[in-house]
Formats: sequence, C-alpha cells, structure tokens
Amino acid sequence: MTGVSGSDHTVIAPEAELRTATRSPGMLARSIRKHHFYYWLMLPGLLYLLIFKYLPMLGISIAFLEINPFIGLKGVLGGEWIGFKNFQKFFGSYFFGNIVANTFIISGLKLLFSFPTTIVLALLINELVNVLFKRVVQTISYLPHFISWVVVAGLAFKMFSTSDGLVNQLIEWLGGERLSFLGDPRYFRSVLVATHVWKEIGWGTIIILAALAGVNPELYESAIIDGANKLQQIFRITLPSIAMVISILLIFNIGNLINAGFEQILLLYSPVVYDVSDIIDTYVYREGLQQLNFSYAAAVDVFKSIIALLMVVGANFTAKKLEQEGLW
Amino acid sequence: MAVSISRGERVFNGCNVVFMILLSAWFIVPFVVVASTSVVGAAEAARRGGLVLIPQTFDLGAYHAIFAKGSAIIRSYGVTLFRVVVGTALNLLFTAPFAYALSKRSVPGRTPITMFVFFTILFHGGLIPTYLVVRYTGLYNTLWALVIPQLVNPFWMLIMRNFFFTIPESLEESALIDGATPPVVLWKVVLPLSMPVLTTIGLFYAVWHWNSWFDAAIYIADIRRMPVQIILRRILINATEVLNDNPEMLYEMDAPPPPDAIKGAVIMVATVPILFVYPFIQKYFVKGVLLGSVKG
Repeated sequence: MTGVSGSDHTVIAPEAELRTATRSPGMLARSIRKHHFYYWLMLPGLLYLLIFKYLPMLGISIAFLEINPFIGLKGVLGGEWIGFKNFQKFFGSYFFGNIVANTFIISGLKLLFSFPTTIVLALLINELVNVLFKRVVQTISYLPHFISWVVVAGLAFKMFSTSDGLVNQLIEWLGGERLSFLGDPRYFRSVLVATHVWKEIGWGTIIILAALAGVNPELYESAIIDGANKLQQIFRITLPSIAMVISILLIFNIGNLINAGFEQILLLYSPVVYDVSDIIDTYVYREGLQQLNFSYAAAVDVFKSIIALLMVVGANFTAKKLEQEGLW
Repeated sequence: MAVSISRGERVFNGCNVVFMILLSAWFIVPFVVVASTSVVGAAEAARRGGLVLIPQTFDLGAYHAIFAKGSAIIRSYGVTLFRVVVGTALNLLFTAPFAYALSKRSVPGRTPITMFVFFTILFHGGLIPTYLVVRYTGLYNTLWALVIPQLVNPFWMLIMRNFFFTIPESLEESALIDGATPPVVLWKVVLPLSMPVLTTIGLFYAVWHWNSWFDAAIYIADIRRMPVQIILRRILINATEVLNDNPEMLYEMDAPPPPDAIKGAVIMVATVPILFVYPFIQKYFVKGVLLGSVKG
C-alpha cells in the first residue's frame, strides 16, 4: 500500500469528465454553495492526502540538503543546500549499476516465469468439467495471496532449509546434493521467483478467467462441428479472444517492473546474497533508516520515483492506444 | 452439447485433474509441514530432526509457551486487533464519503480533485520523507502510526467511486425532489445500496492491516505496541526469545519445546484466522479485483 510493492489493480486514468454549470463566475459560486455538503465529505480525505502524500513530495527537497545525522530530526530542518551532490554520489557509486540491474533482473525473471504460467493455469482451470472440483481448486490456489510475506518467508526458511528442509530432502532422495538456497548467490533469485509464483499465480488467474468466461460459446460449438480438436480450439478461438486482455495485463506488468518486491526481498535476503538481490528499495531502506543517511537515501528514492512515474505513464499511454486501435 | 467426448479428450481431462491435485498439494504442503512441526515434542525432535510431515507424538508445549500469561504474542494480538478493527473503520470513514462525493457529476471541481487523488498513485515522496512526516506529526511509536499514515488507499477509493457511478442518479434525484436533504439521501438511499462495495473494500483494508509488517517495523519501537507480524518475525529469527520472555515457565516443563515447534506454532497462530476466514471472503476480493480492472 505504500507503493513499494506491486498492486492487484491496473492503473487507468479517470476518463475526461463532463463539465457542468460553470459558465459564469456567479453560477459557479452558486453551484459550489449548492453542493457544499459534498465538499465536506471530501475534506477529511483531502487533508489526509495533503499531509501524508503531498507533504512527503515536498520532503523530497531533503535530497538536495546536507544533513547532520548526529543531531537527529532537528538536523533535517536545518540542512544546507548542496544541489545534486547526492545524485552524483549515487550515479558514481558501485551500487547504482548493481541495484538498478538487480531490480530489473529480479522483476523481469518474475514476470517471465509467472506471466505465461498464470495464463496456462487459467486455461487448465477453465477446462475442468466438475464445477465443485473447479471451485475447490480455485479457492486453494487463492490461499497464498491472503498470507503475509512474513509468514511466506517463514515457510520458505523451513522448506529451503539446508539441514532438514523438504526441498533438500527431495533433492537428496532424487540423488542430488543439498543446496543452500537462501545463502548461495547462485540460487537465491530462484527462491525469489519461486515464492513469488507460489504466492500470486492462483490469484493472477482471476482476471484471465473472467476474460475466458466472456468468450462466446457458439464459437466453440461451431468449431466442434467443423471437427476442431481441443488444441485447435485453444489456439484458434480461446487465445485470440483473450489476446487483448493479456496484452493490456502485460503492458501494465512491464510498467511496474521497477517494483521488484520490496517486502519479500527484505524478509528473505541476507548480506551473503546482497550482490544478487539488493534492489533500489532495499538499498534506500538500509541507507536511509538503518544508516540514517536521510538525504542520500531520499535522492536514490527520487531517482526511482521518477523512473516509476515515466514507466507507469508510458504503460497507460500504450494501453490506451492499444484499446483504441486494436491488436491487429 | 450433444457431441460425444473423444478418447483423447478423456485422457486430457484425467491428466488435468491429477495435475490440479498436485498443484493444490504444492499450495498446502508448506502449511501442513508447519502445523505438524508445531506439535512435535522435544524428544521426537531430537530423534527425527526439526521438520516432519506426519508427527508421531502430539505435544502442545510450544503453544503453551507462546500463550503463556502476559506473553508477547497475546499482547501483539491485541495490537493487531486494534489496527484491524479501528483501522478498517477509519479507513472506510475516510474513503467512502470521499469516493461518493467524487462520483457526483454535478459538483464543480470534481475532475481536478480526482486528478489530485490520481496523482498520488503515479508519484510519491518515497520512504524517507514519509517516515519523517510520521516522526514530525508525533505519530511515531504510537498505535496511530499503524492507522493514520494509510487512511485512504487512492486505488481502492477510485474503485469505490466507480461503484457509486453505477447507482442510478434518478434514484437520488427523486428523493431530493421529495424534499430529502443530501445527507438524508446519502444515509437512507445510497448507504443501503453500498453494502457490497463497503464490504469488499473494508475486507481489502482489514486483510491488509492483518498482514501488514513493514509500517510497524519502521514506526514502532516499543515491544508493547508491536503487532503479530512483527513478533512473529522476531520469533522466526530467534525462537528462544519466547522462552526468555517467561523463564519461570521452563521449570514447569520437562523439556522446553524445540525451536522449530515454537516457530511452527507462531506461524499457525498468525495464519489460522486468515485460513478460516478467507474461503468466505474471497468472493468479495474477486469482485474487487474485477471492479478495479474494469476501465475506471
């Protein structure tokens, strides 16, 4: 909810809305007075947004200040203007390349492994004949989505434990060697991808299943009469019918690539795997709230916020264009 | 359809069912392992190692330990209950009227105000400035730090507004013509129709509050105000914390419960409420996801 992790919903800009009763200043004033009740309803929410969303935006200015970390909070207000020094320091450091690369590699891997599998799972669930069985499978597949990352990390510690974890027991039983999944840079990213897929694959099928439910059943009936088999039906009818939904989903997922899963990584990683798992968010957290380099961490975060803004706006723009012009 | 099912199709259906059963096991087995491990006593753990799929003994020692009188877990349950109940109520109180007002097409300035809300989704000040605002407003290390910094989720507010759009305006207009004031219309006409969306978004907020960990990790320093997720995390890192909490309890037990059993028990305690509730609330979540994905 703080914007550090991904979201269930796609961002679509509010449509241009009808303007009413604003032809003359007098009429506008009268209209405002007439609707005063609705402004009172908005007031608490607006105040909240001002203090906890817009005030922090002004607070970005600390990225341009030199702050004495030893005098605590008072230092933040009395900082000295240093321009883009913090940004230069970040762009010139080892961490810049490392955390930006990690961010996009991890979220890219997650997308690569979760996106196609979610579609396949939705197609398979859609093929289930028994309605009750179908509902039970769906309910079970939603379960991990409702579990906190703290719990999922706890489960992962147990499952991937080197001494007695179930995964290593399975590997040994199959004749392999025990692996240190959480402590070995070679395997740590696969833990991130696996836990992410485990937690969200079931939930991800919802939108696709809704799209599948909207496919005209007559198309299938006539295809069957024409002698099309299941596979042909999937490739000739099902996938083309939901191609639009899939494309839009993909565009929004790409627009969100800068969020690689802050809480998940923070709860699973350790210094031995920082090299392959330290992302922008975790770096900001450590620099800012653990080392108390407020202004430097804020500068790194501003960099991220700007990239995120560009990517989301780009995704919105592309999705809108696609919706207007169609796929082909 | 009166079309006969081919043999190939029957094989496919069978394989599909088997695959779904394996998949379901993949989702459930971690919980089964944790539940089993939580009831393994010290003697069995010493013999078989920490993690077991099917326990031979049934020892509730770990649960006794974490539910000992005045334990951190019991206290943290109180904190979590506070944020789920009071937090969600305040969330709805700030979100719903806002969403309703923004759905009124005749209110001047509605579009710029909606953009004002929407912009907070696109861009934010980030972790450090938000943290500093919580410090300067004096919320830091109070229970309100778990509630007030996240009063309105702009996404969910816009979903609610989309719902209010679907209430026919003629309904409210006829009530207004009959002489009802706008507050009365809101209370008597709109509110009764809004129960589905209030439930949906209320559940979004409630589950978020239950699972939320990071905000408490950075805003709460005093152990007496830490929610379940924080205490759970601390015990997962160091299970002996539970035993250090109540040293006198150690004398009453033959052997202290094994660390894996304690960890399993706290995971169960933090998860079971959600496990029991989610099958009944999932349909509201599905509705919310679909409402959010429809063009807003």
